[in-house]
Amino acid sequence: MSDDRFDAIIVGAGLAGSTAALTLAKAGMEVLVVERGNWAGAKNVSGGRLYGHALEKIIPGFASEAPIERKITKERISLMTETAATTIEYNDEDMRREETASYSVLRSKFDKWLAEKAEAEGAMFVTGIHADEMIVRDGKVCGVKAGDEEMEADVVILADGVNSPLAQSLGMKKELAQDQTAVGVKEVIGLDEKVISDRFGVAPGEGCAWMMAGFPSDGGIGGACLYTNKDSLSLAVVLTASEIGNSEYSVPQLLERVKQHPTIAPLIEDGKLLEYSAHLVTEGGYNMIPTLYRDGVLLAGDAANMVINIAYTVRGMDFAIESGRLAAETIIKAKEKGDFSASTLSSYKTMLDNSFVMRDMMHHARAPKLMEHKEIFTKYPVMAKEVFSEMFTIDGNPRRHLMKFAMPALKKSGGIFKLAGIGMDALKAL
Amino acid sequence: MKKMSVDDKLGINKFYPDEHNPHIEIDPDFKDEREIMRVVKACPAELYKYENGQVIFNHEGCLECGTCRVVSGGKVVRVWHYPVGSMGIEYRQG
Ligand SMILES: Cc1cc2nc3c(=O)[nH]c(=O)nc-3n(C[C@H](O)[C@H](O)[C@H](O)COP(=O)(O)OP(=O)(O)OC[C@H]3O[C@@H](n4cnc5c(N)ncnc54)[C@H](O)[C@@H]3O)c2cc1C
Ligand code: SF4
Repeated sequence: MSDDRFDAIIVGAGLAGSTAALTLAKAGMEVLVVERGNWAGAKNVSGGRLYGHALEKIIPGFASEAPIERKITKERISLMTETAATTIEYNDEDMRREETASYSVLRSKFDKWLAEKAEAEGAMFVTGIHADEMIVRDGKVCGVKAGDEEMEADVVILADGVNSPLAQSLGMKKELAQDQTAVGVKEVIGLDEKVISDRFGVAPGEGCAWMMAGFPSDGGIGGACLYTNKDSLSLAVVLTASEIGNSEYSVPQLLERVKQHPTIAPLIEDGKLLEYSAHLVTEGGYNMIPTLYRDGVLLAGDAANMVINIAYTVRGMDFAIESGRLAAETIIKAKEKGDFSASTLSSYKTMLDNSFVMRDMMHHARAPKLMEHKEIFTKYPVMAKEVFSEMFTIDGNPRRHLMKFAMPALKKSGGIFKLAGIGMDALKAL
Repeated sequence: MKKMSVDDKLGINKFYPDEHNPHIEIDPDFKDEREIMRVVKACPAELYKYENGQVIFNHEGCLECGTCRVVSGGKVVRVWHYPVGSMGIEYRQG
């Protein structure tokens, strides 16, 4: 293989890598994708909700052929204590429109499908191969080494995910900081398709996305998420790395604890564990974006920390797809010029800046600061429980006026000014 | 659902174990209990144990997340790599 030279080599057949491969192959370029898993998707984990708009641009109507699980038509957000959950539920006809739709997905299946689409356009995939090192000559990236094999190309896209030791080796990306990175532990729990629709009150083919704060992370910065798949549930706990050790519970124990919570337990009753997984997710947002290009190399997706992690949603998959596409567009133009230097590749950053990727990341740039308000995870779930418990409990004891029980609960959680302050920060960040 | 141990959960996963080729190396002489316990609590696969004042690690069952490396900040975990190509965890759901 060392004799072959490619137009582009892509490391990683996740969403970013396969989208880039698809786009390049469509333009008639010789592209090689190196993937360490035995097939595309074999190493990949997400929470599970794909906002469809980015892929819709590349494969219109993709949901009718892709292995999506359910269309998300119901949102839930809960503040939880050990015994209680205060939940907001939202649904709207608009969530069914193709242009704005989002879907629960299972990445092992979904990524395999996307890679096959790229392959059908002529991209070459080598799987079960780990790219160990970058080949750099005179400061320009020329390819990758895997074992004794050397593979060379005009340009390399690193789409190798959140850890990206390769981008770190090039000095483009720093080691992930503990306070900007979270671990997600996840179970996929098998349940009958109809049972899921009944338990979550959704129509066949439709589903629910649910974010939870408070109890799941035992008060640490983090939370839990639950997504309904076709015939399984994705349930994950996310905890910021710097918070680990503050709770008496370990990370895997936190997930088990959520499964036993009275709100969750009946929903997963009789479920069968299908898989147990773990993955990192960055949460530094815009301020964590690394160097995106250098002579002969571009970073896309998680390798470039392109994730928004805020209380009501985690987004990284649509960013991975869009950045993969834009990296490919950049290379197509560079090929026309016959120049893969940093100055030509810099148009990647310009395109990203003008796309929803950087616009949205910038828009939510204050979100990491908002998450530092510990009250959201510690005191507010308790406050909500105290207020609603008093409102809804009728036991023959004399009733008290709302102000009588709401004010002390509010005071306990830091008072009205604190709440208003966090409310302002939230308005600015979200 | 009944409570399950992490070992039982890992038993459901599909692995291609690479027994003789640990992809993560620890510093067995590292002694700071607090830091060690953070790594012990962090690993989703419970592969780190703290016994008799020492940290013990077994790489089999690793979910390849990278959490131990990030949490230990170069202290407990000395070398962290993915397993060689095709080995290790194979997710069928993801
Ligand atoms: C718990 C959790 C919940 C999340 N929830 C959501 C959500 O609901 N919605 C959303 O949009 N996003 C979510 N995200 C974020 C989302 O999963 C990521 O942003 C997305 O997967 C990034 O895709 P990617 O293609 O950049 O990277 P990845 O999917 O990580 O792909 C990287 C690929 O590179 C391969 N690879 C790595 N190193 C090498 C190497 N050296 N050689 C060869 N191959 C290599 C890997 O095997 C993998 O196939 C969540 C993340 C987590 C952890
Ligand atoms: S990479 Fe993840 S699963 Fe593997 S040892 Fe480290 S923390 Fe545990």
